[in-house]
Amino acid sequence: MVKAEGVHKRFGRLEVLKGIDLEVGRGEVMCMLGPSGSGKSTFLRCINHLEKINAGRLSVDGELVGYRESGGKLHELHENVVARKRAEIGMVFQSFNLFPHMTALENVSLAPVRVLKVSRSEARRRAEDLLANVGLSDKLDTYPVALSGGQQQRVAIARALAMQPKLMLFDEPTSALDPELVGDVLDAMRQLAHDGMTMIVVTHEIGFAREVGDTAVFMDDGVVVESGKPRDVLDNPQHQRTKEFLWKVL
Amino acid sequence: MAAIVLVIAASIIRAVIIDKGFEWHVVGHYLFDPRILRGAWTTIYLTFLAMVIGIALGVIAAVMRLSPNPIVSSASWLYIWFFRGTPLLVQVLFWYNIASLFNVISLGVPFGGPALIHESANSLITPFVAALLALGLNEGAYMAEIVRAGIISVDEGQVQASQSLGMSRLQTMRLIVLPQALRVIIPPTGNETISMLKNTSLLYVAAFTELLYSVTQIYNVNFQTIPLLIVASIWYLAMTSVLYVGQYFIERRYGRGFSRAQRATMAGRWLSLGRGGGGAGA
Repeated sequence: MVKAEGVHKRFGRLEVLKGIDLEVGRGEVMCMLGPSGSGKSTFLRCINHLEKINAGRLSVDGELVGYRESGGKLHELHENVVARKRAEIGMVFQSFNLFPHMTALENVSLAPVRVLKVSRSEARRRAEDLLANVGLSDKLDTYPVALSGGQQQRVAIARALAMQPKLMLFDEPTSALDPELVGDVLDAMRQLAHDGMTMIVVTHEIGFAREVGDTAVFMDDGVVVESGKPRDVLDNPQHQRTKEFLWKVL
Repeated sequence: MAAIVLVIAASIIRAVIIDKGFEWHVVGHYLFDPRILRGAWTTIYLTFLAMVIGIALGVIAAVMRLSPNPIVSSASWLYIWFFRGTPLLVQVLFWYNIASLFNVISLGVPFGGPALIHESANSLITPFVAALLALGLNEGAYMAEIVRAGIISVDEGQVQASQSLGMSRLQTMRLIVLPQALRVIIPPTGNETISMLKNTSLLYVAAFTELLYSVTQIYNVNFQTIPLLIVASIWYLAMTSVLYVGQYFIERRYGRGFSRAQRATMAGRWLSLGRGGGGAGA
C-alpha cells in the first residue's frame, strides 16, 4: 500500500530524512517510534504530500505521491490533483485540529459534501454512524471547545474516516491527551485495525505497538535504525540506540 | 480621582448649558429639518455601500497578497501601497476631477479589441460614483491588511487538517480559514465602519450632499455655524452609537466555538444590564 525508497527531506540546510526505505502492505498496521526530531512526523506528512520530498520515491497504492512520471522524469502534479489524492489518505493530528467553528457533526460531514459531492442528508447519516462508532452519539451538535481532548480526537478520527480512506496516518494521536483519556482513543484505533484498515501510527504507546502493530519501526536522526515484528524490535532490540530509547520510555 | 473627574464634568456641563454661543433652541429647531435628515440618510447609505466595496476588495486583495504566485501578490501589494500612501482627501478630489484626465472611459479588450463600456467620463463618473470609488478603493486597502492579519491568525494546523481531507486551497480559505479569521477581522472592521461614517464628511469638498454638506449649506445662509455643527455632531454620534450596538451582536455571533475568547464590549455590558443579565457573552 505504501512504498518508500530512499526518501530524503530537507528543511533548508537541515536534513530531516536521510534516505528512508519502508513498505506497508494492505491491511497492515505499522507503528513508528523514536525520539522527537527523528523525522517520524515529517515522513508521515510526506506520505500525503503535505511536505514535498527532495529525493527518492514514495508511492501509495502503486501511484507516486504528488508527482507524475513520464519519460523517466518526475513532474509535480497540479495542486487540485494532489488534493484529490490526499482525500484518499486520512490523517489524525497530535493537536486534533478540529474546525472550532463547526459542531462535531459538521466537522465530520463537511469534506464528504464538499470534496466527494455526497448529498447533505447522506453525509449527515454517515457522520452520525461514524460518531456512534467512536462512542459520541450524544455529542453530535457539540462544538469542539466543549469536548474533552479524548472526545475531540475521536471526532477527528471519525472525520478522517468519513472520506473512506484506503490508508490512515496517525501523528502521535495520544500525545496531547491526559492519561485517563488515552484509552478511548486507542480503543477506536484498535477497532479500526481490526476492521482491516491500513495504518501508519507514530506513537510512544509501546503497549499499543506491541499489541496492534504488524511491524514496528524505530527511527532516529532521519534514518530507520531498526524495523521488524514488534516483539523483535520492542522486546529484543539489536541496536544500542533502540535499547536506550526503549529503556527511557518503558 | 473620581472626584476630580466629576468636578471637571460639572464645569463642562455648566458651560455648555449656560454659554449663549451654543444656541440650544437653534439646535432643536434644525435637528429634524428635512434637509438634515436627507443628508444623514445619504451618509448612512454611502457608508454602507463604501464598506461593502471596501470589504469585498479587502478580502480579494488579502487572499491575493498571500498567494504563492509573485505576480498576483505584488499586484495586491501595489494596490495597498498606493491607496494607503495617499490622503483620502486627495483621492476624493482626484475621482471628482477624473474627467479632466480622461475625456472618455473605455473598458474592454486592450490594444484595439472590442469595448464593453465606452462613455464620456462625465456621464460615467457621476459625483455618486466618484464618491463610492474614492471611499471604497481607499477602504479596500485598509481592509486588506485587516483581513490578512485575520488569515494569518488562524492556526496552521487548520489548513493542514483541511488539506488532508482533500479540500482545495480556495475551499480551505473559504470554508475553514476565513470563517475563523472573522473573529479577528470583525472588531477592527467595526472601527473602520465608524471611521468611514465620519470620513464621508470629506465629500463635502466636492459638494456632495451628505450630512456635513447639508449643514454647511444651511449655516452659509443663516450664519448659525456652531449650533448647526452641533446638529451634525449629534447625528454623527447617534449613528456611530448604533454601529457600536451592531458590532456587539456580530461579534457575539462569530464568537461561536471560542467561548473563552469572548470579551464584553461596553455596548454589550449595557445591553445585558438592560436584560437583567451579568457580564456579556461568557
